Amino acid sequence: MSARRIADEVRSGVRSARSVLDDHLEVIAAREPEIHAFNVVLVDEARAAADEIDSRVAAGEDPGPLAGVPVAVKDNMCTRGIPTTCSSRILEGWIPPYDATVVERLAAAGAVMVGKTNLDEFAMGSSTENSAFGVTRNPLDTTKVPGGSSGGSAAAVAAGFVPLSLGSDTGGSIRQPAALCGVVGVKPTYGAVSRYGLVAFASSLDQIGPFARTVSDAALLLEVISGHDPLDSTSIPEAPADLTSVLDRGVEGMRIGIIEELSGDGLDGIAGDVQARLGEAAAALEAAGATVETTSVPSTVYGLSAYYVIAPAEASSNLARYDGVRFGLRVDALTSGDMHTATRTAGFGDEVKRRIMLGTYALSAGYYDAYYGKSQKVRTLIVEDFARAYSRYDLLLSPTSPTTAFSLGEKTADPMTMYLTDVCTIPSNLAGHPSMSVPFGVGDDGMPVGVQVLAPAMGEPAMFRAAAVLEAAAPPGAAS
Amino acid sequence: MISTAPEIVPGWETVIGLEVHAELATVSKMFSAAPNRFGGEPNTHIDPVSLGLPGSLPVLNRRAVELAIRVGLALNCTVQRSVFARKNYFYPDMPKDFQISQFDLPINGEGWLELADGRRIGIERAHLEEDTGKSTHVGGGGRIHEAGYSLVDYNRAGVPLIEIVGRPDLRGAEDARAYVSELRAILVAIGASDGKMEEGSMRVDCNVSVRPVGQVELGTRCEVKNINSLRSMGRAIEYEARRQVDLLTSGERIEQQTRHWNEDEGRTHKLRSKEEAFDYRYFPEPDLMPVEPSEEWIAEIRASLPMLPRERRHRLAEAAGAETAATALTVDRGLDDLAVASIDLGADPGRVLVHLDNNLADGVGLLTADSFAALIALETGGDLTATQAKAVLASLVAEGGDPAAIASAMGFEAMESGELEAIVDRLISEHPDDWAALIAGDDKERKKKSGFFVGEVMKATRGQADGRAVNELLARRSAG
Repeated sequence: MSARRIADEVRSGVRSARSVLDDHLEVIAAREPEIHAFNVVLVDEARAAADEIDSRVAAGEDPGPLAGVPVAVKDNMCTRGIPTTCSSRILEGWIPPYDATVVERLAAAGAVMVGKTNLDEFAMGSSTENSAFGVTRNPLDTTKVPGGSSGGSAAAVAAGFVPLSLGSDTGGSIRQPAALCGVVGVKPTYGAVSRYGLVAFASSLDQIGPFARTVSDAALLLEVISGHDPLDSTSIPEAPADLTSVLDRGVEGMRIGIIEELSGDGLDGIAGDVQARLGEAAAALEAAGATVETTSVPSTVYGLSAYYVIAPAEASSNLARYDGVRFGLRVDALTSGDMHTATRTAGFGDEVKRRIMLGTYALSAGYYDAYYGKSQKVRTLIVEDFARAYSRYDLLLSPTSPTTAFSLGEKTADPMTMYLTDVCTIPSNLAGHPSMSVPFGVGDDGMPVGVQVLAPAMGEPAMFRAAAVLEAAAPPGAAS
Repeated sequence: MISTAPEIVPGWETVIGLEVHAELATVSKMFSAAPNRFGGEPNTHIDPVSLGLPGSLPVLNRRAVELAIRVGLALNCTVQRSVFARKNYFYPDMPKDFQISQFDLPINGEGWLELADGRRIGIERAHLEEDTGKSTHVGGGGRIHEAGYSLVDYNRAGVPLIEIVGRPDLRGAEDARAYVSELRAILVAIGASDGKMEEGSMRVDCNVSVRPVGQVELGTRCEVKNINSLRSMGRAIEYEARRQVDLLTSGERIEQQTRHWNEDEGRTHKLRSKEEAFDYRYFPEPDLMPVEPSEEWIAEIRASLPMLPRERRHRLAEAAGAETAATALTVDRGLDDLAVASIDLGADPGRVLVHLDNNLADGVGLLTADSFAALIALETGGDLTATQAKAVLASLVAEGGDPAAIASAMGFEAMESGELEAIVDRLISEHPDDWAALIAGDDKERKKKSGFFVGEVMKATRGQADGRAVNELLARRSAG
């Protein structure tokens, strides 16, 4: 059942939030042991919240647009009184004294938080295999990864545990798992959603966004969490655009460009079945009245390299605070310096350590200009190339992920092959632009394929219109 | 600039550049709503941002920016677009293990400060940054290496600081003291800081080098930290200059170092060499936007600046006819408005400064420029003696009122000259031996006997006689 319908029925008193919740808890009880989408399921808290919603409805109040809708939140967003782990040992025992702005907004809209979802440690990874608490499995084939880093949130929606969830996207961490799990995933314009309370990975790239089973539900959740927040200096001051009202407007007259460098026309790594679905998606948009052609956005091919300097550089600084002094894990030693080292050695996993080292190196005296400085120049080039492309096109199109879901363990031995899975999603983060993944049929293995719709900053309305067209035209998805 | 500073070691010139950190007098911290207040129980003036909790984000305090601009304008700096940067290093009292500071784009560029003697000392920059917490080492006599454990108080963490980096234009301990005093007076005058060195709200690091008198090239400098008062600054500079000269004269070279001033031992010791200096890995702070103060805002702030100590000294000197120690002291004490207003009302500048200097040490109370000027007019007009004027002044300070009325109520009537002559003549006839001694004696004896007669007159008139008039009368009688 869609989130919109749940909210409608709860608000009108047709169904109780409690019964909605219990239905979902039943699904969770049945499949969660196998999937491991959650780090924690908050049964008691969720029941109390659902009962509260029901009593408000009974009292004639309107709990809001997400009344009684069960939601899951990626475990890198702070929740007051509830452990927030980032799937890392280093945050062991830490309980945030405050809620992330998005968590507050969910509660204010009447949503019922049922749990915190698993992720690659500190959101660093593309398969949710880098979690200190075990892997999350793809609900459509449990031998496969769900993608990452928001694999838990994607799997929770795909498995029917919740109709909606929140993820964070630094280089594709919402869109790639959405594609691999066959759900809708949106990375909004940088600044559209407050980052206050999102544990930072790479501050200039991180953005929170929704997972949903439908484009319409994704729009509903995005509307709830968007909007200015004075606690985030990078938050956009303007009021967000209304998405729900434009969803059915179609793409008649729109100009859409397929990014040559990020599709099978220009990139060897794009699998044939993924490229085939992209072609069909383009045809569907044309059939709906858009003009679609292939176009070059040349600098996007350098995105991956620039990203793997900028993101680790920021991360090396953002993750410095996990030093054993104020919160989380502490491994005692004779001096504070030794304590820092012992704590961080024990608390961080290999991928996090790898990126901290990469970033520290890239910012070091004598290397800064060659790495960080040059990467920022690439970032500027990408912004300029996109600006040129958007002078000719309303939207751009690419695959979300070069392949369908890969097998657990398939890429863990070679970080570079893992990094390459984000090649199509990274440019939007570097530019601060919105983009989203829409399920569009399946690959040769029967696993879902995602098509990525890219838009210029604040271009969410047009992006959602195209996504709705793709959703309507999509061939049957994968059966779970 | 020609050095007039006394040489600490003959034949050697000491060159000093100061880095002054001043806490800005804001209500809340630099990047959060936690209070900016000295003292308090440890860890009570804190919040998620000042503790650097995961997910917290900085929001710039506009008042801190305004105060920084006030400092910049008062120091004749270029106020410019600025960017915050992260200065990365691990230390337990720094919550995020990086400090938000400004690096290549400080809010205030090049400026100068004018000393009381008119010399201008160059200012390289004055930038914004946040303060750290404070560590207390418990056990082992408070020394870090012998302590059993350390406690950290984060009350100070995140307090806004302005770091004022001076050029190496100072030439001795006295220069350095004059610079810091003047800087402090400016900061207090413009309301930017309370300038209390003893509470650590103003801290000074000294860059000291020496060179043979006449050498143009600067020597290798050492930075001396942990200076807690003007007195210890002077001692530290003198110690450090001697140490460096000793090294050079015994054929050794100076290593660029950071050194620690030990107040108890009266010496500096090495903290680290240039090679051991931290690589701070500065990069632009992605969580904050650049600060771009508008021309209008800068103009508004400039218009709101009070008259600066330098301008006030010039103004008083002009009114008083000369710049003296008394005019400088009057400005330091903030009594120059009263002085200038009284002089403008016709009061004798010399008497104004003498009274301010000698008779108003405990403040001016209810004294106004009008009553002060009126009092001095009575005094210089011969209606009140200096002693009487002092008594009336005390009453004006305590209760205010009209000086003539107070004088009259105190029974201070100007004495008729005939009345005074009669008293003097009577005393001469009553003390013939003393009078003879006065007439016949040498200068010393004359002076002594004059003093005797003045004392007798004062006794006879209960202090109401004008001492000057009595002396004149005695001189006339003895000459006649």
